[in-house]
Amino acid sequence: MTPHFKAQKVVDNIYWVGAIDWKLRDFHGYETQRGTTYNAYLIISDKIALIDTVKAAYKQELIQRISSVIDPQKIDYIISNHAETDHSGSLIDMIKLIKPEKVFATAKGVEALKAHYHHDEEITAVGEGDDLKLGSITLKFFETRMLHWPDSMVTYVPERELLFSQDAFGLHLATNERFEEDVPQWIVDFEAAKYYANILMPYSTLIPKTLDKLSTLPIKIFANDHGPIWRKNIGRIIELYKKWSAQPYTMKAVITYRTMWGSTEKMAMAIAEGLSEGGVSVKMMPLNSTHRSDIVTEVLDAGAFFVGSPTLNKNMFPAVADLLYYIKGLAPKNLIGDAFGSYGWADGVVEEIRGILSGMKVELVNDSPMSAKYVPDEKVLQDCFEMGKKTAKMLAAKISG
Amino acid sequence: MQKYECIPCGYIYDPEEGDPESGIEPGTPFEELPDDWTCPLCGVGKEDFEPVEE
Repeated sequence: MTPHFKAQKVVDNIYWVGAIDWKLRDFHGYETQRGTTYNAYLIISDKIALIDTVKAAYKQELIQRISSVIDPQKIDYIISNHAETDHSGSLIDMIKLIKPEKVFATAKGVEALKAHYHHDEEITAVGEGDDLKLGSITLKFFETRMLHWPDSMVTYVPERELLFSQDAFGLHLATNERFEEDVPQWIVDFEAAKYYANILMPYSTLIPKTLDKLSTLPIKIFANDHGPIWRKNIGRIIELYKKWSAQPYTMKAVITYRTMWGSTEKMAMAIAEGLSEGGVSVKMMPLNSTHRSDIVTEVLDAGAFFVGSPTLNKNMFPAVADLLYYIKGLAPKNLIGDAFGSYGWADGVVEEIRGILSGMKVELVNDSPMSAKYVPDEKVLQDCFEMGKKTAKMLAAKISG
Repeated sequence: MQKYECIPCGYIYDPEEGDPESGIEPGTPFEELPDDWTCPLCGVGKEDFEPVEE
């Protein structure tokens, strides 16, 4: 069989041998509307190393791409930077096929892989700053715990000033362009932001420390584990990561809501008008037509966040609960906001949402809940409008102060 | 003061630093952390921490 899946050269001695998943739309609850890639890399020196593998279903693609350069059985070492199954799903089968001299992961990686595959094959732990000499190429390992799993590490190649950055600087984007500069910037920036918001945001306090650590290394290439490789615009993605991890207050508000008979929607529109009058850019995201992962992406660079829910059988609308549960775990920072919504006979949902927002450290705009019995009258809508205006003032004060 | 390590993720609780983001003042010994305190990195409870040997 002639392999039609080919390796693509990244720099001298280093090849991309990953897989393109054009059809993926659901990455554990994150809508990947442009698919993704699972990046694996082959390093050819006196010794030959494979960095990461691919999701199990794509193993043949990985093997064919490797085979377009060398016989896979010539691989001496496999490095597992991250134990999540989209990168380790083929690992044990590849170990069986290749019979490498050694397989490396962090100590936490050794544990995590064992807990996934319950295998007998030996995996050797490496620690912070350890070197692996392949000949003219050296691999240097750095732990990046909780970026974004306990086992996570990155692998640096000083001779090529290249960092195998694992999930950091990744984006879910299926493309046959291997380098970021060959993809339209607006798509790259959107998908990189979406990836950050949905995967890395909870660990934002760790990002500046990791960027500081990496800034001591000369780096020209981020060879990530998803999407195109960063080469020409490394500075841009570093600046974006600094901004996304700091999440400064901005004059942008996200309003998300579900409505039953249009009442909660009317309130959403009135808040939006008040925000507009105060000079705030509004992103209106109705939950009946917007995926939770897109809402979180918009919240990443917002300064205000409003959540509207009608009362359905004494409870908040299920889609609102879904969103709140999801976003609470992702822990966005530096937001002001509030809840709003209509009810028929049992009031209390808006207060419940305010409690959840407070728990997320969202600073509430109003002192009392913005709720309307059945259908909001002019007074309620005016109050909503005023809440929008008040939010604009609060944001302006935060930004200037 | 005794430092404690989170076994799942490796976070070190240093009593001298506390955990200001969760409202824990610097100087709070691990034993005095509230029962519902969780690892600021990965979210597990106090029972998953062990003393760091120095």
